[in-house]
Amino acid sequence: MTRLIPVRETILAAAILVLMILIAWRFPGFVAPSNLANVFNDTAPLIILALGQMVVILTRCIDLSVAANLALTGMAVAMINVAMPGLPIPVIIAIAIGLGAVMGAINGLLVWKLAIPPIVVTLGTMTIYRGMIFLISDGKWVNSHEMSPAFTAFPRAEFLGLPVLSWIAIACVIGFAVMMSRTPLGRSVFAVGGNPHAAVYTGINVGKTQFLAFVISGALAGLTGYLWVSRFAVAYVDIAGGFELEVVAACVIGGISIAGGIGSVGGAVLGAIFLGVVKNALPVVNISPFWQLAISGSAILIAVAFNARGGRTKGRIILKSAEKPLEAAE
Amino acid sequence: MSVLKRLVTSVALAGAMLGTPALAQDDVRIALVVKALGIGFFEAAAEGAEEAAAELGNVEIIYTGPTDTTAEGQIEVINALIAQQVDAIAISANDTDALVPALKRAMQRGITVISWDSGVAPEGRQLHLNPSSNSLIGNMIIKLAADHLPEGGDVAVLSATTTSTNQNIWIEEMNKVMGNYPGINVVSTVYGDDLADKSYREATGLMQSFPDLDAIIAPTSVGIVAAAQAVVDAGKVGEVNVTGLGLPSEMAGAIESGASQSFAIWNPIDLGYSATMLAYELSQNGVEVAPGAEIPMGRMGALTLDENNEGAMADPFVYDASNIDQFKSIF
Repeated sequence: MTRLIPVRETILAAAILVLMILIAWRFPGFVAPSNLANVFNDTAPLIILALGQMVVILTRCIDLSVAANLALTGMAVAMINVAMPGLPIPVIIAIAIGLGAVMGAINGLLVWKLAIPPIVVTLGTMTIYRGMIFLISDGKWVNSHEMSPAFTAFPRAEFLGLPVLSWIAIACVIGFAVMMSRTPLGRSVFAVGGNPHAAVYTGINVGKTQFLAFVISGALAGLTGYLWVSRFAVAYVDIAGGFELEVVAACVIGGISIAGGIGSVGGAVLGAIFLGVVKNALPVVNISPFWQLAISGSAILIAVAFNARGGRTKGRIILKSAEKPLEAAE
Repeated sequence: MSVLKRLVTSVALAGAMLGTPALAQDDVRIALVVKALGIGFFEAAAEGAEEAAAELGNVEIIYTGPTDTTAEGQIEVINALIAQQVDAIAISANDTDALVPALKRAMQRGITVISWDSGVAPEGRQLHLNPSSNSLIGNMIIKLAADHLPEGGDVAVLSATTTSTNQNIWIEEMNKVMGNYPGINVVSTVYGDDLADKSYREATGLMQSFPDLDAIIAPTSVGIVAAAQAVVDAGKVGEVNVTGLGLPSEMAGAIESGASQSFAIWNPIDLGYSATMLAYELSQNGVEVAPGAEIPMGRMGALTLDENNEGAMADPFVYDASNIDQFKSIF
């Protein structure tokens, strides 16, 4: 039974449920289906970025440049849209993903070829990308009335009751679930994080896998850049300031080990949803804003403490077949 | 060397001519020095200065400034203006202190020096013109909401961070004058941290917590734009009016969609106009600058100086559907 329903994800899902009951007790309107759909939609960018970050963290790296990448791509596509309002949205999305992937590849190359610690690389590129937004925009804003109507309407368009933004997040979740469990890349990501030396002996190129993880994370950041700018209908230097830490927090809450090798798509998604619920609930439960930061932080610590206890006996997973007897033994 | 010599000569000449100002020259030359050329806000201020010049008749405006916003650039400009023997300099400074020596030199040569918009330390200017004052802003933000709520109603404040000095002072000033707006209740104050996503979420939260909310007051440029977007996305245009302080270029979309009826910020045209009027009064009509003095500035009324010889021009200027198109390309 435990093989089908992983323990960590179950605990987290239960925690989210308890949280929602508590919120509903203070503000019943929060659990109305339409509002839950809004909360999910608001959390969609975090889910998308957390999936990319998960892959990076699984390979024993970290990508702190996601928010800056998002902001730079967002500004770039917004400026492209202003310059060429007729450009179709699919082209804009392709540009956003491409631009984001290039920035991710820069991180990846520095980590792979120059063997600089990922935290240093992405801390550096984070500042560089933010600075570049200032250079290309001169510090000016791109405002809603300058963007074309199609540009801002895309993430809002409804399809089967949910906005396109939500559907993109759902598509990413499904795509990642398949990639992580069914493709050589997904399996090598776990192997590289679990035991890099063993991974080398099995013929996996550790540096290249990390490089690809950064490219994936960058591409998703680029995609989110467009979605973010079009959703809030404004682009300026500081958008998504500090968001990289929220993305990392979502992963950590979701049980993705900072030491690499342990984690799941479900965990990352639930971690993001947990944070999304907290962020959306705090404004409506009438808690002093002075307490809000402390509450967000405590939620993260408590969740991590749970995960640390839950994952203690597991050990590292190098090959998928080794995982089965372990769980069956429980 | 020869350049320096010429400069020295002209400066000396300027000194020699000081004994007989206004008589020797047919036109009064007032220099409007801005932070940098090519900024919409300052181009608009220059337009206001020209308006004042036309009203005064015998004034020539020299609109100038460096090409980038540096104090060094402005010092060069000031030195050139001293050499040209202008009658007055009205400056929006890139640095409070760095310009003081150059401006002191100008004052020693008998040139009237005032600062406007962005001030210079008191020893480097005769007076400073603030676009508005905290109490006027505090009053304006609640007035904007109240003007569209003749029957009274519930309003909420969406601020920047809990520690933003400006916003906190404005909200405090707003609370002081709440008695003048009976029927208007401030139901909540929330903080969007000047982040578009957090402000958006807080605005959405306000509309959920207070279903009868009539207006959101956001005295911050990020917050007001995000709140307007949240109102549009919630389908509450016409029910919830977003107002506060914002820039016309950033708020044009919100005015167009109807999420915001009106908002306020300083008017650069009035600012340039007033600065020119003040410079003229000081330089030509011998008006004495002293704390408590009232100096006329044409159609903008009079400037009352405080103990630092600073004064506030007027209420923030209200922008709405009638004038947004004129200003959205300016700043």
